[in-house]
This record gives sequence, structure tokens and C-alpha cells, in this order.
Amino acid sequence: MEFFLIIISAIFVNNIMLSQFLGTCPFLGVSGKISTATGMAGAVCFVITLATLVTYLINKYLLVAFSLEFLQTIAFILVIAALVQMVEIVLKKISPSLYQALGIFLPLITTNCAVLGVALNVCTKEFTFGSAAAHALNLGESMVYALATAIGYGMALILFAGLREHLELNSVPKAFKGVPIALVTCGILAMAFMGFSGMV
Amino acid sequence: MALCLSLVCLVCSGLLGGVYALTAEPIARTNAEILKASIAQVLPEGGEISDAMPLEVGGQPSEYYVSRDGENVLAYAVKSTVVGFGGPLVLMVGITPDGQIFNTSVLSHNETPGLGAKCVSDVHFMDQFKGFDTKSRNLSVKKDGGDVDAITASTITSRAYSLAISNAVNALGNIIGE
Amino acid sequence: MANDRLKVFTKGFLKENPTFVLLLGMCPTLATTTSAINGLSMGLATLFVLMLSNVVISAIAPLVPDKVHIPVYIVVIATFVTILQFVMQAFTPEMYKTLGLFIPLIVVNCIVLGRAEAFASKNGILDSLLDGLGIGLGFTASLTVIGIVREILGSGSIFGWKFLSGDGMLIFVMAPGAFLALGYLMVLFNKIAKKN
Repeated sequence: MEFFLIIISAIFVNNIMLSQFLGTCPFLGVSGKISTATGMAGAVCFVITLATLVTYLINKYLLVAFSLEFLQTIAFILVIAALVQMVEIVLKKISPSLYQALGIFLPLITTNCAVLGVALNVCTKEFTFGSAAAHALNLGESMVYALATAIGYGMALILFAGLREHLELNSVPKAFKGVPIALVTCGILAMAFMGFSGMV
Repeated sequence: MALCLSLVCLVCSGLLGGVYALTAEPIARTNAEILKASIAQVLPEGGEISDAMPLEVGGQPSEYYVSRDGENVLAYAVKSTVVGFGGPLVLMVGITPDGQIFNTSVLSHNETPGLGAKCVSDVHFMDQFKGFDTKSRNLSVKKDGGDVDAITASTITSRAYSLAISNAVNALGNIIGE
Repeated sequence: MANDRLKVFTKGFLKENPTFVLLLGMCPTLATTTSAINGLSMGLATLFVLMLSNVVISAIAPLVPDKVHIPVYIVVIATFVTILQFVMQAFTPEMYKTLGLFIPLIVVNCIVLGRAEAFASKNGILDSLLDGLGIGLGFTASLTVIGIVREILGSGSIFGWKFLSGDGMLIFVMAPGAFLALGYLMVLFNKIAKKN
């Protein structure tokens, strides 16, 4: 039950993009076409889940154990950067086709604040789901939370790309062309997602 | 190449360690001051405030403080955590020995800006708990048949706020034995 | 020469405004501008990191091998961000709480790494300092403007001073309002910038 609540909460109610604004830069950058958006969504899902797993373990068994929490930001960003590099190398060897699809997005992900944001959230915040008392997440919950958050991000990305493809075909006032109209659209999408608030 | 990177990392962590050691004390002091201020805010003036003592509030480990004027107990301050709209809502609740609420203050919250977050700025909402007699009045929002005016459009936050107070009152009732 | 320096400093406000023209650092721009004072604080926090990291990076850039320059820059930036975290926790705890996660996230703010890569690594210390200051102030100005607009529309106040009794249009304080306000301000900026 609790896992279910975490999933609903992370995908819809507290959508990382539309209600917490994490990962906006790539969101505006690659949401022009559904195909690129899908590639980016896949890559982000992969990296967020993996990065959260690794940073969770590092935080628990290295930083907290030796009371080095003050190195959290610096350690996490290095881990994420290294991880992205590694994923790139491994993917290139094992599955060239997947690398073809995700490859160009991978380097961009290091500076996607959604990745660092989720990792930091999991390690520093207390969460409440349903009526459960406020608590820090354990490993299983962290993984579910990270994956669900990433799915929420990917969903917002693909939804938005769909909207933008249609926008391209419409005549838009000159000053609105490009990013401004995308932002206004995004505002309306975020309004729609507000309908989910209070569900969990 | 690797040498350069590890050298930079080493220098930076050394630097951070130094800054951490320098700021650890001011940070601890600031946090202690914030806690002290919020305790003082919910208790009558003039009493001597004790150290933190453990207490189970709403089924969770928490703590409380006693304010004494000589031998007389002036009031208790109880820390109470509940689930708000956007996450944990932590209150400090001041309660007099005869079961009245003296005052409340929010220690931390994650409520929606402009809606539930008004629980720290809406004077009418916060002031209604001052002198609230928990024996004769019902600590739940009017929508649920109680005596608490909810913040407009933020019933869930208001409910959580009321629940935090009543949890604190109940927890205290268990130990001072009415 | 002095004229060039001035240009390095002022380009951040209009020509290379990080928010409205370069579209960098969108996450804090949207998330922390719920009020004018929050926008201003976030801008100043970024300015602090940007200036210091620009200076240090321009000083060490010639010594760093090409292959590891990005990780090294990130480590330098993360160090300043963490220092900022400690200082804010100690002296402005309220603001630290309000800005929350977005302080550590300055590390991945594309403006900071972008300036390090595009400017500081190729220019002298003084120029990099001016560049950081200019871009940082441009960012601060945009954030403050967005904050002011959202605060006026959303809560009927400016810098906490209330001129309307009751609520404004709450939507502008919440998430969708951030996108709408930024979108319309960008339209306005485009209009004005085109005319010049």
C-alpha cells in the first residue's frame, strides 16, 4: 500500500517537473519533438534510479558513518558525473543500439538538477505518505521513489513534447514564438496537474 | 590527469572541512536559538525553562519542556509532528497545567505557498488557539463539527494543525495525570 | 580597454541576460521567485558562487589538463556552494529554509558551469570577476523582477509590504503561475529588446 502511495505521489501529485521545477532546462531544450523527448525520458529514468541507489549507499555507509555529511553535495555531484560517464562507456560496449538512442542525451544529464535533486531529497528529507508518520526513506522506498519520480519526469516531458509539436503548426504571435509560448503552455499543463493535489 | 583531479578534490575537501569546523558552532548556536525562541514564544514570560525531556506524542518519540516559576509549573511546551498537506508539519504547543493552550508556533512545514503556508502568517488562524480551553471546546475544524476556524481553502492543513495540538494535549495528559 | 571591461560587466543585463536571452538556470528561476525577497536572495546566492568560482577557475584553468576540466570545475563550484550552505545556515537560517533544496542545486545551475566553461577558462582573473559579477547581477535582477510580479499578482504585496487586503490571484504564487509569469515577462522582454 505504501509503495503504491509513493508511486502516485511522485508521479502525479508532486510531479518533479510541474510542481517542483527540477530539470527545467533540458525540459525546455529537448521537448521539441516526441522522439527526442522519449529518448531523454528513458535516459533520465535510467540515471536517476541508478544515481539514487549509489548515492544512498554512499551517504549511508560512507558519509553518515564517518560523519562527513558536509561533503554530501560535492560527493553526490561527482558520483553522478562519474556514473553518467560509466553508463555511457558500458552502453557503448553492450548495446550500441540503445547507445545510439540515448547517447547524445547522457552528457546533458550530469547537469540536470532533477538527478542531484532526487538524490539530495532522498538523503536529507523526511517524507510522509498517506497516514504514515514522517520518516526518512529506507533503501526499498528510495528506489521506488526515485523510479516513480523519474517516470513522472519522463511523462511530463513526453506530454509536453506532444503539445509543442502541435504548437509548431499553429500561427503564434511573433513575440510569443518559441520559448514564451512553451512556458505558457507549461503553465496550463501544471494547472491541470494541480488537480491531483491532495490525493495522497 | 587523475593526479590533478584527486589533488583538486583533496584541496577542496580540506577547505570544506575547515569551513565546516569554523561554522559548525555558529550553526549549532543559531539552531539552538531558533528552538529556544519558539519555546519561549509558546510559554508565559518569566518562567525558567527546563531541558528537553522525552515524550511520546501521537505515537512518535518527541520531547517536551517545562517552565517553572520557583516550585509552580507555569506551562509545558510540547513538540508535536503530524502529516500536513505537503509533508511533515512540526509544531511547538504551549499548554498550561489546567489544559488551556497558551500559544502555538510552527517549527517547520512544507505547505503550499499562498494556501496552507498561511498557518505561519494568518493572524486570525493562529490567534484563535491562544487561551483555547481544550476541556470545554473541541479541537477540530468547524467542517468536522469542532470549534476551529480553518484557513480558507486549506482545510487539510488546518486539520493537521488542530490534530498536532490535540496530540500534544493528550500526550501531556498521560504524563501529568490530569 | 576600460570600455571593453565595461562591456564585459554590462552584457549580463540585456544582451546576454541569463534568464530572458540565454534561458539558463530555469529551475531556481521558476521555483524560488514566489516573492520578491526570495528571488533577490536566490539571485545573490548564485552571484556569490558565480563570482568566486569564476575567479578560481580562471586562475587554475591553465594548469588543468583538458580531459578532466569539467569534473575539476564542478568540484570547485560544489565547494563554494557548500561553503555558502554553511554560512547561510549559520547566519540566515530563515532564508536557508525557504530556498531549501535550491541552494545545493546551484552546483548544477547551468549558468555557473556555463560561465566557467565559456568565459572564465579563457580569460584573466579580473575579467572573469567582472563577468561573474555582471551575469550574476543580471540573474539577480531578472529573479527579483519575476518575484515582484508574482508577489504583486499573487499576494498583493511588494517585498512583504501589503497594499491589498486579502489575497491576490493565488495561482501566481503556485507552480503554474511561475511558468505563466516567466512566459509573459519573456514576451515583454522580447518586445522591448527588439525595439532597441
